Amino acid sequence: MSAALFFEQLLNGLQFGLMLFLMSAGLTLVFGVMGLINLAHGSLYMLGAFFCAAAASATGNFWLGLIAGTAAAAAAGALIETAILRRLYTRDHLDQVLATYALILILTEGTKIVFGPFPLYLNTPTLLQGTVNLGLTEYPLYRLALIGFGLAVALGLSLLITRTRLGIRIRAGENDREMIAALGVNIRALYTLVFALGAGLAGLAGALVGAVQAVQVGMGEPVLILAFVVIVIGGIGSIKGAMVGALLVGIIDTMGRFLLPRAFGLFLDPSQATVVGAALASMLIYLLMALILVLRPQGLFPAHA
Amino acid sequence: MRNEHREYAVNAVLALGLLAVPLWALWANEPFTITLCTRIAVLALAGVGLNIALGLGGMVSFGHAAFFGLGGYVAGILAQHASSGAPILGLPGSNQMLVIWPVAMLVAGTVAAAIGALSLRTTGIFFIMITLAFAQMVYYFAVSWPAYGGEDGLPIYVRNRFPGLNTMRPWDLFVVSWGLLMAGIGVFALIRGSRFGAALMAIRQNPDRAASVGISPFGVQLAAFALSGAITGLAGALMADLSRFTSPSMLAWPMSGELIVIIILGGVGRVFGPVAGAAILVGFEVTFGGMTEHWKLWLGLVLLGVVLFARGGLLGLIAGRERLG
Repeated sequence: MSAALFFEQLLNGLQFGLMLFLMSAGLTLVFGVMGLINLAHGSLYMLGAFFCAAAASATGNFWLGLIAGTAAAAAAGALIETAILRRLYTRDHLDQVLATYALILILTEGTKIVFGPFPLYLNTPTLLQGTVNLGLTEYPLYRLALIGFGLAVALGLSLLITRTRLGIRIRAGENDREMIAALGVNIRALYTLVFALGAGLAGLAGALVGAVQAVQVGMGEPVLILAFVVIVIGGIGSIKGAMVGALLVGIIDTMGRFLLPRAFGLFLDPSQATVVGAALASMLIYLLMALILVLRPQGLFPAHA
Repeated sequence: MRNEHREYAVNAVLALGLLAVPLWALWANEPFTITLCTRIAVLALAGVGLNIALGLGGMVSFGHAAFFGLGGYVAGILAQHASSGAPILGLPGSNQMLVIWPVAMLVAGTVAAAIGALSLRTTGIFFIMITLAFAQMVYYFAVSWPAYGGEDGLPIYVRNRFPGLNTMRPWDLFVVSWGLLMAGIGVFALIRGSRFGAALMAIRQNPDRAASVGISPFGVQLAAFALSGAITGLAGALMADLSRFTSPSMLAWPMSGELIVIIILGGVGRVFGPVAGAAILVGFEVTFGGMTEHWKLWLGLVLLGVVLFARGGLLGLIAGRERLG
């Protein structure tokens, strides 16, 4: 195992983690502010990827596609929130689970009807093709850009939450919904805005990842479940927790898949080591989640300590 | 308000109707209909299991696919070892349902106890997310472990056996499944009427009050969750035999959603709710699946309608809403 390969995997883990953060940030905000569990968050990720791929192939411009994907997911989010989900904030979690599960079915089949059953392909923009020399290793420029992009969005989001009036309202909404409504904040508009913001972030993540993976129906749910793991680890409603959790999950998952088969190779024969290593690596982040549940059931950075 | 007499009548119609339709199909030589009814019975049994956790205990598990699939894998793995003759963990395999069922319940129940012990450290939204995540872990383990089929699943060439019956005949397998479903419903009704069930429902309504009268919420909920997983695992073993195939998709998250849907469509916490729910779901799939490949779109719309406008499910519509809390 060379240092170059190790470094490359570490960057892959970082990139994966940052994309997970974009997913988790929206989910955790919606949990925190509205107390809603949204299983359809993965469908918004999928919508972002599909609209990005379709717009990029229609216009020939990746960046227009990226904007279209993000905007489409945010608009879909706003529409879903106003038409359906706002009726469910006062309902129990079972109703929320069922309604958002129904939304998964509707959005998945709807996507199949609109875009066809086959995967779409999204090319990386010409500006970001090729590799870049990082000293230790050559790394794909697009993946490096994803890291930069993820960090920039994370910074922007944290400034939005901590430095702007909207951010103050979101934080106030997390602490006491009734009180901020009583203080004259239009809470319904705030809810729609928060939901659209989360949906837009999910759509952005889907569009960005769509260029390195196939854009296909069902791509959202595995990421959604990982985002749940992130939130359980990081603590509900906390952006900081989502960041730490996402990086932990991204890096541990990637490094586990890379290192564990090699580690077992030290005392098992190679074919067996690959099998055992791969199987264990696929469970690693869930074991991390179990450990966090035993040690800190409220997560690493709970918003309501 | 719940109407007891009407609910008993509906229950009797459901139990006997599920028996009468395949009887007619046997007479009319329609084996496909018998198999459909078997599918309803098996899915309903899985729903009965989940209904203990979700309906009585208020534990919204989005991870019961794990227990369903584990039951299926027990049936598939034991059958494979029985046919190859190779021992598993030093013990021989088996193609006897009477051996496979308890093993499936034990395995699914043990895993449910482990997942429950971790998940019950939290409540509400966390509980849903954690059960979903752990079920996904079991799924990923199954697809990345090649010894038992990995992503391809595990075929069961000849159905496992039940003494005195030929399980390869649709009617015989239906009788076995119907019998187990009735037994499962009996267990559910017994629990609901027992001191244990009363404690479980009290915890659902108010855990603090339950604790203040000396009930340990964690212990009662954990026991209910493990039992719930065991019964769903038993249904999984039957499902593997019915389709003669153990598929990783039994473990995948959409299965968990389907089980919840079965309970909601029928009516949460109702003794016969899962039977009604499974019949609606399978009926919906057969009817609309034949018309359009996008039938799940319509299922989604119906579900959304049920959540927004018809809480209480089918039994709630017919026999009045259950009084909860």
